[in-house]
Amino acid sequence: MELIKVWDIPGGVHPPENKTQSLLEPLGPLAIAPQLILPVSQHIGAPAKPIVEVGDQVLGGQVIAEADGVFSANVHAPTSGRIAAIVEHTVPHPSGMTDLCIILDTDGKDDWTPLSPWEDYAERNKDDLLARIRESGIAGLGGAGFPAAVKLNPRANHPIDTLIINGTECEPYITADDVLMRERAQEVIAGTQILAQLLNQPERVVIGVEDNKPEAIAALRKAAEGSAIQVVSFPTKYPSGGEKQLIQILTGREVPAGQIPAAIGVVCQNVGTTAAIYRAVRFGEPLVKRITTVVGEALQTQRNIEVLFGTPVNFVLEQHGYQHKKASRLVMGGPMMGFSLPDLSVPVVKTTNCLLAPSKKELPPPEPAMACIRCGMCAEACPVELLPQQLFWYAQAEDLEKLETHNLFDCIECGACSYVCPSHIPLVQYYRAAKGEIRQHRIDKEKSDRSRRRFEFRQDRIAKEEAEKEAKRLARKKAAEEAKKKLAEQKANTPAEPKPAAVSTQDTDKQRAKLERLLASAHERLKKAEQPLAEEATDEQAEKQAASIKQAQLKVSDAQKKLDAFIASQGENNRQASSTEANDPVAAAIERAKAKQTMSPEEKLRNSVESLQKRLQKAEQKVIEAKDNKPDMVEALQQGVDKLKDKLSAAQNELAELTPAAAAPATPANATPDVAQAAIERAKAKLAMSPEEKLRSSLESLYKRLEKAEQKAAGAKQEDSDKAEALQQGVERLKEKIASTQKELAEATLSTVAEETPQDPATSDAASLAIEKAKAKAAAMATMSASDKLRNQVDSLQARLEKAQARLEKAEQENDDNIDAFRTGVSKLEEKLATARDQLAELT
Amino acid sequence: MALLRISSPHTHRALGTGAVMRTVVLATLPGLAVLTYFFGVGSLHNVLLASITAMGFEAAVMKLRGRPVWFYLRDCSALVTGVLLGLALPPYCPWWLVVLGSGVAIVLAKQLYGGMGFNPFNPAMVAYVVLLISFPLHMSQWAAPLDIGGQTPGVVQALQQIWLGTSIDGYTAATPLDTVKQNSGLMLNDLYLQDPVLSAGQFVGAGWEWANLAFLVGGAYLLYRRIFTWHAPVAMLASLSIMAFLFYDGGSSTSGGSVLFHLFSGATMLGAFFIVTDPVSSAVSTRGRLIYGAAIGVLIYVIRIWGNYPDGIAFAVLLMNFAAPFIDYYTLPRTYGHKKSERATRKVDQ
Repeated sequence: MELIKVWDIPGGVHPPENKTQSLLEPLGPLAIAPQLILPVSQHIGAPAKPIVEVGDQVLGGQVIAEADGVFSANVHAPTSGRIAAIVEHTVPHPSGMTDLCIILDTDGKDDWTPLSPWEDYAERNKDDLLARIRESGIAGLGGAGFPAAVKLNPRANHPIDTLIINGTECEPYITADDVLMRERAQEVIAGTQILAQLLNQPERVVIGVEDNKPEAIAALRKAAEGSAIQVVSFPTKYPSGGEKQLIQILTGREVPAGQIPAAIGVVCQNVGTTAAIYRAVRFGEPLVKRITTVVGEALQTQRNIEVLFGTPVNFVLEQHGYQHKKASRLVMGGPMMGFSLPDLSVPVVKTTNCLLAPSKKELPPPEPAMACIRCGMCAEACPVELLPQQLFWYAQAEDLEKLETHNLFDCIECGACSYVCPSHIPLVQYYRAAKGEIRQHRIDKEKSDRSRRRFEFRQDRIAKEEAEKEAKRLARKKAAEEAKKKLAEQKANTPAEPKPAAVSTQDTDKQRAKLERLLASAHERLKKAEQPLAEEATDEQAEKQAASIKQAQLKVSDAQKKLDAFIASQGENNRQASSTEANDPVAAAIERAKAKQTMSPEEKLRNSVESLQKRLQKAEQKVIEAKDNKPDMVEALQQGVDKLKDKLSAAQNELAELTPAAAAPATPANATPDVAQAAIERAKAKLAMSPEEKLRSSLESLYKRLEKAEQKAAGAKQEDSDKAEALQQGVERLKEKIASTQKELAEATLSTVAEETPQDPATSDAASLAIEKAKAKAAAMATMSASDKLRNQVDSLQARLEKAQARLEKAEQENDDNIDAFRTGVSKLEEKLATARDQLAELT
Repeated sequence: MALLRISSPHTHRALGTGAVMRTVVLATLPGLAVLTYFFGVGSLHNVLLASITAMGFEAAVMKLRGRPVWFYLRDCSALVTGVLLGLALPPYCPWWLVVLGSGVAIVLAKQLYGGMGFNPFNPAMVAYVVLLISFPLHMSQWAAPLDIGGQTPGVVQALQQIWLGTSIDGYTAATPLDTVKQNSGLMLNDLYLQDPVLSAGQFVGAGWEWANLAFLVGGAYLLYRRIFTWHAPVAMLASLSIMAFLFYDGGSSTSGGSVLFHLFSGATMLGAFFIVTDPVSSAVSTRGRLIYGAAIGVLIYVIRIWGNYPDGIAFAVLLMNFAAPFIDYYTLPRTYGHKKSERATRKVDQ
């Protein structure tokens, strides 16, 4: 026998082995349970997808849940029977969680699907073998349940030079692998040869077994005679059987942190998995059963059994004389790394290597934890050379950063530190919790990082846009200043000062308004005074009334006088002012103001119309806001709006009546009536426009919502979410809304276009003409195609834009206060025009 | 059927904190026996009084903190503190000195920091230093060993001295460390011939050499029981030896004393195996403990030879207690799968 070098691992502990009690009886079969519970997730990776229906009759060996992708494994029916249910059921998991399980009512006949044995498996190619292993649903039986086919198909950049078969079984109590190696050494060796073939015959093929299993070692050595397989025994120490630890023991190499063994040219498989692979390849048997150790002083019989997956734990325990009162807990797996079961209904699965039912004397409940005295026994025991006491310290302080610098994530949770801790601190539990916390922290961090990046990007974009806007604004301002300078130079040659005049115009406007108000209020009072007199009246009251009426009348006449006097004086002033500089635009403005004053009734009306329009706009806005926020206010507000509208239309009518009258006496050279008319028209247009604009904006927002909703719906469909249908309905509804809004918009546009027809400044009866034109247009529109309509719209928009631009230019020259309003108007028009053109392009 | 849910591991080694502490107390017994033999009942009385009062203080604080008293007394950590303090105090010192010491150790140095496991400094050494600075006269009077006095003070005499303050005549003598420190002008060999304590000893000084040997035996027992690892004590003894060897200069009048002299005089062995190994206040990793122990060894020599005090264990240990967390940051072991050991101060991406 050649001497094979083995390495030592740091740390480790020697808990009492307790391996003899389960080896006293031979490996026994277990009866088929009346009901099997088969979780779809008995492996690491994606859960398998059930492919049977409730009520289906299945045969043993039939696939009942299919692997979902590469990192998954098939689930087969372990025996024949009927699918009773596919439901959530408690599964073997430390958290005691539930998972999807296929419940199989067995019929006891154990009928099987025909299997296809391969006599010539040694000649089969790699892909066939891998497919067969994958098909058989083989996952690592050592404990982790890693899909075997994945491990056996390493990436091309990971050349494998060492195949290690893990027969260490370092956990106390467990003897399942020991029994397998003793009784089925041939299968283990044959399986090992298949694995070696799959991995292109690596230089070293080693089966590692702890030296506390001499019989297994002897059996394996005998079976391996004549082959290149080395059976290596090494000193018993927990946790030698950990994959990383065994690799270190047998090769002296360490798997780099965060990588897989294939990265250092090693593949490691458990002996049970190896034997199962052999049976799958040779006989076509899928993985439906395994050897499990049933042990503990709460049982009358302690032994190893070959048990079907899905067999409920209580069925297994019943067969072994389980005394619930005696048991301190029930552990699936060994005493070092196994987890306690929440109840007895959980099934045996692919990774169940042991069922431990210890008595209270055997594994007493844990003692209360005391303070850590930093004795360092845990550090001595740690197989990966961590400082468990420091990790504990930082875990308690929730110092996540220090935990990571102390390599918390290299902890394999073997439990050696907790085992030796004299203060009975459940260290591993702290590490598990801390790991979970750090993982959550990482997820949260990533999320916040992403949104922060998005936010920063957005801020950048906005800042850029702002800067561009600012630059443009500055350029314009400069241009305006230059224009102003030029103007000032021009003015320097003329004696008069336009500015004070303009100011005085403003002042007089105000003063006049005041006087007018005075007059109006006097009138009002008079009216009030007159009212009660008309109705029932005693003499006394009548007298009083008469007195107050007289007083009111006096006041009215007084106010009227004052106003007249003021207007007269103003007229004088203005005439004086107007005699100077006729060429100047400012002078023109004064001229206009003068004209305004001579036309006071019309002007008044126009003012009132404008103010009414403003109020109406505000009121409408309020209504919209109220619709969103205060539904109960809407009606009242709406009424207000209606009233305002009435008033407005009345005012407009009056104005319309007045305008021709005013226009008639005006001299042909005086353009004022037309200007007034144009303003009225514009105001009207605006008024008419506002609902349309509203519609358009709502349409836009609807489009946006639709887009979002469609995206969501598509996403949901991809994920196969049950929300998909609801989302789709939402999309449908949105589409309907859009259609109706579009219709409304089309109608609104029609009327707008009608009213917005460019005005002929020369026409005296502009209003009637406009109506005439609108009527004609509406008639034309009715017969027009959609594209024609759009074309018309574009044309009119262009005309409006040109006008607006002209106005803007003028305003810029004059440095008008309204320049900004003009500008926004122009840009709005430009936008509208662009969208209209787009629409047209789409249509044609 | 509901079952008890307990996280792994389910099995546990029998050794608990209480057992560890009791083993440590057991290991001090040879040293205590030798001290009692050579210097009389003074040390024994110190140990008993300090232990009882230390446990009393512990119980009182636990009561004040609203913790289960018995549960915490059972861990015997207060007992260990009391025993170590009692061993360190000079025999026949007044009773209030001992009580004050154990009070400082338990209340000030241990419980005020959060109790067991949270004290950054060794409680016994804090108490020792507080007493040494506050009551230098009482703390520097050590009894003469049996070999030169002919007999040790009797029990009645001792109790009178301790409790009533009636002093015993001429029971004190300079310790070997004192003698060598005060030496001016004599070659070491001459000093050994002249000084009564040194000349009465076999290789270092009467009584002291045997006491140190006894503590060495106790320490070896603890090592055998794997209560602590060898790193810190061996590093301390090694660095102390190296310092002593470097500055021995063949035994001139300015010599610091031989390697053997430093290893077996004063509180060297008590410090090495019972003080330096205190896990709570020391560095944690293997490398860290080597550095920690070695630094203490160097400091002890520095204080003994060039400092103001004849012995420097307490100061050296306290100084290195300060440095322990710092050492920890830079001496993380190399974890499996990592190329090199990292620093605990490195930044990580979370």
